[in-house]
Amino acid sequence: MPGLTGKDQVLTDYANKLAVLDAPKGRSLTQDALRRLSKNKAAVVSIGIVVLIILVAFIGPYFVPWGYSEVDWTSIRKPPDFDKGHFLGTDQNGRDMLARVLQGTQMSLIVAAVATVVSVTIGVIYGAVSGYFGGRVDSLMMRFVDVMYALPYILFVIILVVMFGRNPVLLFVGIGAIEWLTMARIVRGQTLSIKEKEFIEAARASGAKPFAIIMRHIVPNLSGPVVIYATLTIPEIIIAESFLSYLGLGVQEPQTSLGTLISAGAPVAEVLPWMLLGPAAVLVTLLLCLTYIGDGLRDALDPKDR
Amino acid sequence: MSASEREPILKVRDLSVEFTLGSNGLFGGKKILRAVKGVSFDLYQGETLGIVGESGCGKSTLSRAIIRLLPASAGEAVWLGRDIQKMNSNELLDLRKDIQMIFQDPLASLNPRMTAGDIIAEPLKIHMPNIGKAERAVRVAEMMQKVGLLPTMINKYPHEFSGGQCQRIGIARALITNPKLIICDEAVSALDVSIRAQVVNLLMDLQKELGISLLFISHDIAVVRHIAQRIMVLYFGEVVEIGEAEQVTMDPHHDYTKRLIASVPVPDPKVEMERREERRKLRRAAAKAA
Repeated sequence: MPGLTGKDQVLTDYANKLAVLDAPKGRSLTQDALRRLSKNKAAVVSIGIVVLIILVAFIGPYFVPWGYSEVDWTSIRKPPDFDKGHFLGTDQNGRDMLARVLQGTQMSLIVAAVATVVSVTIGVIYGAVSGYFGGRVDSLMMRFVDVMYALPYILFVIILVVMFGRNPVLLFVGIGAIEWLTMARIVRGQTLSIKEKEFIEAARASGAKPFAIIMRHIVPNLSGPVVIYATLTIPEIIIAESFLSYLGLGVQEPQTSLGTLISAGAPVAEVLPWMLLGPAAVLVTLLLCLTYIGDGLRDALDPKDR
Repeated sequence: MSASEREPILKVRDLSVEFTLGSNGLFGGKKILRAVKGVSFDLYQGETLGIVGESGCGKSTLSRAIIRLLPASAGEAVWLGRDIQKMNSNELLDLRKDIQMIFQDPLASLNPRMTAGDIIAEPLKIHMPNIGKAERAVRVAEMMQKVGLLPTMINKYPHEFSGGQCQRIGIARALITNPKLIICDEAVSALDVSIRAQVVNLLMDLQKELGISLLFISHDIAVVRHIAQRIMVLYFGEVVEIGEAEQVTMDPHHDYTKRLIASVPVPDPKVEMERREERRKLRRAAAKAA
């Protein structure tokens, strides 16, 4: 932004010198937390595994000999067969399980990511506004959350599906729109305690607008509980998606998700165990790792109450 | 000081602040707590007015009502001829530029997620959005030097500073908009004695250099005597005494002021022993009166 005073050009050199040359970078709270997190072995290993699963889920399908909807008429309900390239066996329709597990993981991860982003965005802003303004605004906004809580989310998703037709995007939005409720409550509670801090009063005394205070002073200080809760939301969303798909409201054939695969594999676990083991192993690993990451983040972000 | 000849920059008349405590039960009725009861005083350009009183006597409430962080229930506070209670949002923004505050807890009054430079620059961004980034950086650096911080600390975070340094950041933030009045709300109470002296002297130097007025709130009459030209003593929300610092401390009229002054320790055990007897006498007299 150019200065109106005209001094800006003259001062730029001096300012650059001040800002770059002889001003060492400070150690922010986030960097501190990351340093503590990197010392937590379980969390680091979990992050590694989750990253690996994400990479394999998105890049893997290009290296697998079979497509996820491709039918191999010569091998239906067959256990793992390395010669034909069915590394995890095939299902009742002769489709390659490895390809399907990869596609399912991909779908579950996308649902989890989008729904988490939706729920964090809505929840944080809603909660922070409600907590900051307090009083009547707060009661009104929180009563709305209570009402939403009382609605069964299955009903909500069914209404959405009936109104807009079957669409995976709708699934993300539907789940995200429900998950934000808890986030909003957590954020509101935190905001109530942060807004009593002196630096908020300092910002008000220097004339900052309410919205600026919320965005610049309150939201950054919420990052601890929000990040922790978000990592714990991801598993919840994966499970919710599995449940909806099981009911036939979620992802539709030939596309699949971890939940759909497991629900298809569970009834035949005794005769075709490979149909259950593959997707179940991925889901369990993913959930376990996310829980460890959540724990690690909690310890790292809030070293006081371990 | 020929203060009386000039027009005061801040005139406070019969200012009262009330808090409504929630009603207890269905038939409890609302309780009203009168924290500040009809306080009046004048403040002149370049002057320091000390406000002393014990915890909970309404010092902080009074200061917040003056800058309209809290609503006043009665009376008025007039800043440069305009009633603060009746200001519109533009005038209020000007007021926020002219009156800045320094807070009690040095660390808690700084946002832990912002660098020192960002914290000091924030009032500039609000009140002078037209100046460029480079000029802002230079002003921040100059201000840091003025309050005794190295400009190279600009990218550090509050938790990397000591208490005294944090309070200097708070002072820099208050000074950056060239205010006419700074309200110091227990600004040195949380600091160590040696650092307290440094910060008080810094405030006095800056005041001499920039000609700003100070409203110096403290429960410690010894510090106030050192920095203020005039002292106002508050007791349960009321002004019990106001006058020149010399006169209030050497020749107090009100019993409460006498007790406040008697409570300041003297670094001499013999004198202290004699004074203890004196203090007991004052306390007994106060008990009898009440």
